[in-house]
Amino acid sequence: METSKLTAERIRKYLQEEKRFDSRKLTEFRNIEIETGISKNAEGSARVRIGKTEVVAGVKMGVGEPYPDSLDQGNFMVTGELLPLSSERFEAGPPRFPAIELSRVIDRALRESKFLDFKKLVIKEGEKVWTVFVDIYTINDDGNLLDAAGLAAIIAMKTARFPKYDEKTGKVLYGEFTDKKLPLTDILPISITFHKIGDKVIVDPTREEEDVTDTRITIGSSHGSISSMQKGEEHALTIEEMNQVLDLVEPAWKELFKKIEKYIK
Amino acid sequence: MTNQKQEQENKRQIVIPGEIIQTGEDFLPGEGTEKQGKNIVALRYGLLEEQNNLVKVIPLSGTYIPRRGNVVIGTVSMLTGNGWVIDIGAADNGFLPVSEVPRYVNKNAMNEVMDVGETMVAKIWAINGRGIDLSIKMRGFGRVDEGMIIQINPNKVPRVIGKEGSMINLIKDNTDCNITVGQNGFVLIKGDKIDNELLARRAIDFIVEKSYLNGLTDEVTKWFAENKNTLKGTR
Amino acid sequence: MATLKRQNNRKPDEMRPFSAKVGIIPNAQGSAMWQQGGTIALAAVYGPKEMHPRNQRDAERGTLRCNYTLGSFSVEERARPGKNRRAMELDKIIEWALLPVIDLHKFPNQVVDVHIHIIQADAGTRCAGINAAAMALAHAGIPMREIVSSVACGKLDTTLVLDIDKEEEHYPDGEGSTDIPITMTASGKITHMQLDGKISSKQLKEVIEMARKATQQIYEVQKKALKEAFD
Repeated sequence: METSKLTAERIRKYLQEEKRFDSRKLTEFRNIEIETGISKNAEGSARVRIGKTEVVAGVKMGVGEPYPDSLDQGNFMVTGELLPLSSERFEAGPPRFPAIELSRVIDRALRESKFLDFKKLVIKEGEKVWTVFVDIYTINDDGNLLDAAGLAAIIAMKTARFPKYDEKTGKVLYGEFTDKKLPLTDILPISITFHKIGDKVIVDPTREEEDVTDTRITIGSSHGSISSMQKGEEHALTIEEMNQVLDLVEPAWKELFKKIEKYIK
Repeated sequence: MTNQKQEQENKRQIVIPGEIIQTGEDFLPGEGTEKQGKNIVALRYGLLEEQNNLVKVIPLSGTYIPRRGNVVIGTVSMLTGNGWVIDIGAADNGFLPVSEVPRYVNKNAMNEVMDVGETMVAKIWAINGRGIDLSIKMRGFGRVDEGMIIQINPNKVPRVIGKEGSMINLIKDNTDCNITVGQNGFVLIKGDKIDNELLARRAIDFIVEKSYLNGLTDEVTKWFAENKNTLKGTR
Repeated sequence: MATLKRQNNRKPDEMRPFSAKVGIIPNAQGSAMWQQGGTIALAAVYGPKEMHPRNQRDAERGTLRCNYTLGSFSVEERARPGKNRRAMELDKIIEWALLPVIDLHKFPNQVVDVHIHIIQADAGTRCAGINAAAMALAHAGIPMREIVSSVACGKLDTTLVLDIDKEEEHYPDGEGSTDIPITMTASGKITHMQLDGKISSKQLKEVIEMARKATQQIYEVQKKALKEAFD
């Protein structure tokens, strides 16, 4: 049953008093649990739980040709699937718009921030480069899949290591790992989605709260520097509201960073 | 006895499909079981209950199975020529015919009585081949204008209501809220203070979590004593 | 018969360590995880619910709809996301493995969706998926006559074995590897069986006996996980 109009009104009413159903502050995240190495055949993998929301991400690497317009760079691809096992709302079949948006938004945050040094993925310029695949799967949807997906992707990439590569045969020896980690910079492009409900802005909505969202903005940033942004859903924002959101970016990033620090050392 | 040990003793036995529960002529197969030769076998997953010689399996999980007489809370999903299709969180939808509304309904303005997305408290007065027929003719039933709806496992509803309403009354007394529990697992909470509604919601979550305990009413009384004065939840 | 050398000194009739957990996906009516050696399968059950599209409704009996997906990073060489022919066949194989214990007449016009996702693959993925799905169906309160349990049996060269792992699937010596996944009910009825390789009828009968013993062990772990789900 969809969150009824009644609950939607209640959520709005509570927000007027800056209260949420689970007693959280407007800018507070739920409890976050992270596990790394959850899938042994992946070059890197992670499971992220935010409250009851659960997402897994894995890194796989392959060797191939570079794109003609970036002969001195490796390739990078993010895919996302909203698995039907994670919610009665998701159907089996090829990814529909929400899954596509999720993968593209996370892709932009990771790619545009220069988190991954593409030049260091080159084996032989113009001929052979590494491709880094990041695949994200939802396991349980209780709202805020996007932020959970972004965290899982970052941690999977942070913990990933190169598989062995035989230069002579040009073959990747899957299952045999090196100690070499991905060429990542110090940037940590965490995506945080800010949701506007009425005239209040919250982070980390539960499923019920997300159903009531008027509009949302996902901002990928690192240490206060914004590298990607996507506004979604139907309503408009005033400039004051946008400024309010922008003021929240760095403190929210810092809070999340504290929570994931130990998994990315 | 430590708390954990107490909890273990208080738990009843869970059975799984195909499990032999009892053997012998003395026992009768009740709901969720079947007689196979001399054995009574469970046909679904749940809690074993033996009342005199009747052996039943009480479901602990699974979707709501509508029954005649059930009070349900549902949301209008569609308007038809002569009634409202109501989503009650079951495999089949409920249907509220115009004739079961205690006031005159203008068939051209049905949405003024109740529109898509609005919530109501109704009673299931018949289940037949066509579907589940609802009624709101009785006092206290009808459209809900405000309140908070929470969803719990429908199999836990008896625990939330308690014997002769003892548990639900305990919650009402401690939170000053009006609470209607639908057999379909939807609960309506209405209070004049947000903090009271939140307290009622958390109390219900606690009951659902500890539903396997005997003496749950005492546990809940203790819970209220500990939690009533904390305006902020433990997060 | 040559003495077979398996990884970790496994005996021919020894399975890899296996474990289960029930209730891992809060949104689902029923859910479970089955791990067998390096293979991890998740299963979630939604329903019974109204069958859509309407033209697929059956007034006499309900539908069990299985959906198997292999995670792209679950295998050594990345599996392109999307449903391939193998996965489509597995949807049906898994449905048939589960159907004999479910009375579809109990939910006409309705559908029960079973979703299986492989997080980590080291052979025996369909068996792990079926084990997880059986627990998830019970957990969802679907009326079932029995639980089903599944094991990947086989033959390596001339030796009959239980629980073939990924490396053994490419067994190089002698008669190579023969894969025989089998699913049985707790009372020993066969609900699913497949084979590819080379084996005599006599040996196949022995394999079925091995499977019976193995599925009984698997059943005990499934039962325990279900009983502990509400702790």
